[in-house]
Amino acid sequence: MIVSRLMQLTGKVLSVTGIAGLWIFPANVQAEWKVNLQRPITEIARVQYDLHMMIMAIITVIALIVFAVMFYSIIRFRKSKGAQPAKFTHSTKAEVLWTVIPTLILIGMAVPSTKALLLMEDTTESDMVVKVTGFQWGWHYDYMEENVSFYSMLATPQSQITGSETKGENYLLEVNNHLVLPLGKKVRFLLTAKDVIHAWWVPQLGGKKDAIPGFINEMWVRADETGIFRGQCAELCGKDHGYMPIVVEVVDDAQYQAWLEGRRNQG
Amino acid sequence: MSAAHGGYYLPGPTKWPMITSMGLFLLALGFTLQIHHLAPGPWLMAAGAIIIVLMLYAWFSQVATESEAGRYDAQVDTSFRMGMGWFIFSEVMFFAAFFGALFYTRVLSVPWLAGEEMLWPGFEAAWPTAGPQGAAYIGPDAHEVAPGQFSSIGAFGVPLLNTILLLASSVTVTIAHWALKKNQRAKLNFWLFVSVVLGFAFLYFQAGEYMEAYNHLGLTLGSGVYGATFFMLTGFHGLHVTIGAITLTVILVRCLRGHFKPDEHFGFEGAAWYWHFVDTVWVGLFIFVYIL
Amino acid sequence: MTSTVADHHHDEVPKGITRWLFTTNHKDIGTLYLWFAFIMFLVGGAMSLIIRTELFQPGLQVVDPHFFNQMTTVHALVMVFGAVMPGFVGFANWMIPMMIGAPDMALPRLNNWSFWLLPPAALLLIISLFVPGGGPAAGWTLYPPLSSQGGMGVDFTIFTVHLLGMSSILGSINIIATILNMRAPGMTLMKMPLFVWTWLITAFLLLAAIPVFAGAVTMLLTDRHFGTAFFDPAGGGDPVLFQHIFWFFGHPEVYILILPAFGIISQVIPTFSRKPLFGYTSMVFASVGIAFLSFIVWAHHMYTVGMPLSGELFFMYATMLIAIPTGVKIFNWLATMWRGSMTFETPMLYAIACVALFTVGGLTGLTMSITPADFQYHDTYYIVAHFHYTIFAGSVLGMLAGVYYWLPKWTGHMYDETLGKWHFWLTVIGFNITFFPQHFLGLAGMPRRIPDYALQFADFNQVSTIGAFIMGFAQLILLVVVVKAIRGGKEASSEVWENPEGLEWTVPSPPPYHTFATPPQVR
Ligand code: HEA
Ligand code: HEA
Ligand code: CUA
Ligand SMILES: [Cu+2]
Repeated sequence: MIVSRLMQLTGKVLSVTGIAGLWIFPANVQAEWKVNLQRPITEIARVQYDLHMMIMAIITVIALIVFAVMFYSIIRFRKSKGAQPAKFTHSTKAEVLWTVIPTLILIGMAVPSTKALLLMEDTTESDMVVKVTGFQWGWHYDYMEENVSFYSMLATPQSQITGSETKGENYLLEVNNHLVLPLGKKVRFLLTAKDVIHAWWVPQLGGKKDAIPGFINEMWVRADETGIFRGQCAELCGKDHGYMPIVVEVVDDAQYQAWLEGRRNQG
Repeated sequence: MSAAHGGYYLPGPTKWPMITSMGLFLLALGFTLQIHHLAPGPWLMAAGAIIIVLMLYAWFSQVATESEAGRYDAQVDTSFRMGMGWFIFSEVMFFAAFFGALFYTRVLSVPWLAGEEMLWPGFEAAWPTAGPQGAAYIGPDAHEVAPGQFSSIGAFGVPLLNTILLLASSVTVTIAHWALKKNQRAKLNFWLFVSVVLGFAFLYFQAGEYMEAYNHLGLTLGSGVYGATFFMLTGFHGLHVTIGAITLTVILVRCLRGHFKPDEHFGFEGAAWYWHFVDTVWVGLFIFVYIL
Repeated sequence: MTSTVADHHHDEVPKGITRWLFTTNHKDIGTLYLWFAFIMFLVGGAMSLIIRTELFQPGLQVVDPHFFNQMTTVHALVMVFGAVMPGFVGFANWMIPMMIGAPDMALPRLNNWSFWLLPPAALLLIISLFVPGGGPAAGWTLYPPLSSQGGMGVDFTIFTVHLLGMSSILGSINIIATILNMRAPGMTLMKMPLFVWTWLITAFLLLAAIPVFAGAVTMLLTDRHFGTAFFDPAGGGDPVLFQHIFWFFGHPEVYILILPAFGIISQVIPTFSRKPLFGYTSMVFASVGIAFLSFIVWAHHMYTVGMPLSGELFFMYATMLIAIPTGVKIFNWLATMWRGSMTFETPMLYAIACVALFTVGGLTGLTMSITPADFQYHDTYYIVAHFHYTIFAGSVLGMLAGVYYWLPKWTGHMYDETLGKWHFWLTVIGFNITFFPQHFLGLAGMPRRIPDYALQFADFNQVSTIGAFIMGFAQLILLVVVVKAIRGGKEASSEVWENPEGLEWTVPSPPPYHTFATPPQVR
């Protein structure tokens, strides 16, 4: 009796709070499963990450409070336990309290968010400019000062997509030409598109920005780490929206110059 | 709130609405086929339109008959008034979408486009404009427009005349309303007739403007955002004037048949409200589309 | 005029198919709406199962990408405009006249038309899937220039929107006129049940938002076929203009979807807590506040389009504010349960799950209102998780609470409580299995609207698909429950529950064809 009641209750708690999903996973694979934002490697991405963690913490606490009150009531004030209904219909004090406290919490969240936004929108004093043009379905990159430009498109073979070949490690996240960027340089991106709206997004570099035909959007990136970082088009752009990945390769300055040279020679 | 619930008129089963919907379905289906140049398009559209017109005629006749038979009490009347009032509000919001488009383009997006030197070299912010790749603009009412040019319609010619016509018709409808309230039937009929004439006169001149725009000014739906906003706003307005004028005509016929009572004439008032709404929208158009 | 309600043929219930085709009776029309909504729910749900099946594994297995996009688009359109909105109008039709003591809706013929606009609209949308070029595939948001590319199906969709819009506008006019003009003597505004209040506010939202949407798709139509350049930069237009207009409609739309559910919850929780609703007045004002704010926050869907900084800041602050009135509602419900005497019949279970899970969805919504963070969340599965937690857990679970709450009133028979509980648990557990992992997917970087994905997203997608099937097939239980209750079962008393509040419980179950021939006197 007690046991079944308890199980019923646990079931309720788990499902209603939505954690049920987490519990049915086998524990051994859990570690590999990514459940949070990818590790940031630029200042912007880091600011976003920290902001994200802060608001997640706040909303988790709020959610827990709401659930705690709710389940306390559910357990405590049930008719089967002989609870007698009270008669009150309002309480000005309580109502003021739960208007004012959330307001304060919101203000607390708005301040760092405003700061973060100001940082992100500041594209001045950049070291170099790359023009990014989205099209159906791929990207075109133009290193404006360097006279280097090229197309970058999905490199995953069709056979992996249809399943006649096993899928490679970077399935769908590999392209023929990487976008190569120098370490520690502030790169200003000018984004536009040829046909429909696309959005350029590499999670580890920071947020996304739409590439809109006829208009130019700006964003900037300064990578703190070398390596290969992958992303995808993030605005529905037709049939192959799922097949226009982005691969950014961050290298040190010497390698970058060498790469530029090689690119130029390719014509 | 009236307490006369016991007498609230509840109509019995009705077939008009659902057949009207079928008409609308055929109209939409036919229109789509027509856009894509598929053969049955026009036929379906015609069938749909005929069904709709017939159904509306039948529906409204029934309502008019019930009204004249004294079926509707004051509370029903209030329901009708609320219905009409909030319907007009929804129409206002429909126009708001197009006015919003106009303001957005003029104030924000055209200047932004002009700022994109890299994409649209040499394009300058101006209004009217047909955009970076559209035709060049050469001033209001210019009659000699070469290919690749367009011209707009000046505010103080026909549009001003049309403004006067519509505002006058609003006044005459109001005079007719006063006459109805005082049960001066001859006066009512006369001023209502004048209103209808003014309304159709407006449409006549508006049609003339459109012909002028298409035939001589190079101003078409395709003249970039200017042409788009111009024709969508004035066009939907014109459509509403047409509906309003037809409604007033119907009301005129009913007046001539002796319908409506000095203290009970929702049909008349509904049409008059609609007419005032159409006028008000025109004033907005005159200011924001023609003058500014 | 005598005091008989209406024509004589009106006192007995008409028979046969024409009863349903030609009816002007609010209960019959309500029933039609509810069945229509349920069928659309199954159709839209079936499409979501196609989506989930394709996403079960990485790679393309069942559908091609173009068809996948059509499924995503039409799933959303069918659910939003075919299932949830008509479902709530069905509730409004059935309940509002009964709750305010009116003989019927204010404009019964118009009411019939509002309903009968829906089937042709749905038909057009379904046809669109079978014409050359297929149905709309640009997402339910129909953003140009992508939506300018599709074939005839897109035009069908545009006209679908027009017809649905007419239906919604006429429906809301009727609801407003009914509430403002048909209340029984003594039923002042501040005595109205909250469900009536939230619907009144929803009706105003509809009137202000739907015509704007109609305008937007009309511009899309002329851009597609008549040479206008509203959304074409070459002609001086701007694709983002469409987004502004769409979301000016779209954001109020999401409150159109949730407010009636809030109303239902506010009826159900007091009944099963055996305690009056806490903070009635603040509930009303909170709803009004939400409605007002909903018109000034639209661009939070467009943070990444490159708005000026001032715009991004304004929309961020305004959006965050919505948490306050919504919070007031949540806390009021908690306070209603507090020190009550609760029992947990199916409607109450649904109401509780709705409040709890909507809180989750609302809170993730709050995180997305933070512009810099949304740069990461935008257009990922995190958004998909957010809005299924609000739309499904908020609107649909709220609606299900209402179905179980009033089913005995509608049919005159108690529903099968055991089946109801099964339905509840399978739905809620299935729901969480489906959508909770999607938060993780989104954060880890999975974009939405893709038919195929990178390998690291495989596991959670698999879980999600399994959940979707559990949740999906659980809905067939609802069908059984409803049919059983219509066919027979334990007779329901007029009160049905223990001392519920409201005029609808003063009349027999099922209520007579014309409920209040003479208006009841309210205290
Ligand atoms: C029923 C539908 C519904 C509802 C009610 C909501 C409610 C909210 N939504 Fe949601 N939303 C959608 C449906 C809905 N949404 C849909 C369909 C989309 C995607 C559209 C598309 O792109 O296809 C979307 C997308 C969406 C976005 C865009 C994301 C993006 O594309 O980048 C944003 C951003 O701000 C947002 C925010 C919010 C907020 C702040 C609320 C708020 O109303 C929530 C308020 C509630 C709470 C906050 C919880 C309860 C409060 C408390 C317990 C009090 C204490 C709290 C604090 C002090 C924090 N929503
Ligand atoms: C009210 C709104 C609503 C509702 C109720 C739902 C319900 C569901 N939704 Fe949906 N959804 C949206 C609104 C809604 N959704 C919107 C607005 C989008 C965004 C679209 C866009 O990006 O443009 C979206 C997108 C969306 C996606 C993302 C698609 C993508 O980005 O590509 C997914 C993926 O999992 C999904 C899944 C589901 C599931 C599993 C359900 C389930 O809850 C459904 C449960 C019900 C059933 C499964 C019915 C079961 C029926 C049967 C088993 C019987 C079948 C038999 C017959 C038909 C006779 N939805
Ligand atoms: Cu390009 Cu999506
Ligand atoms: Cu929104």
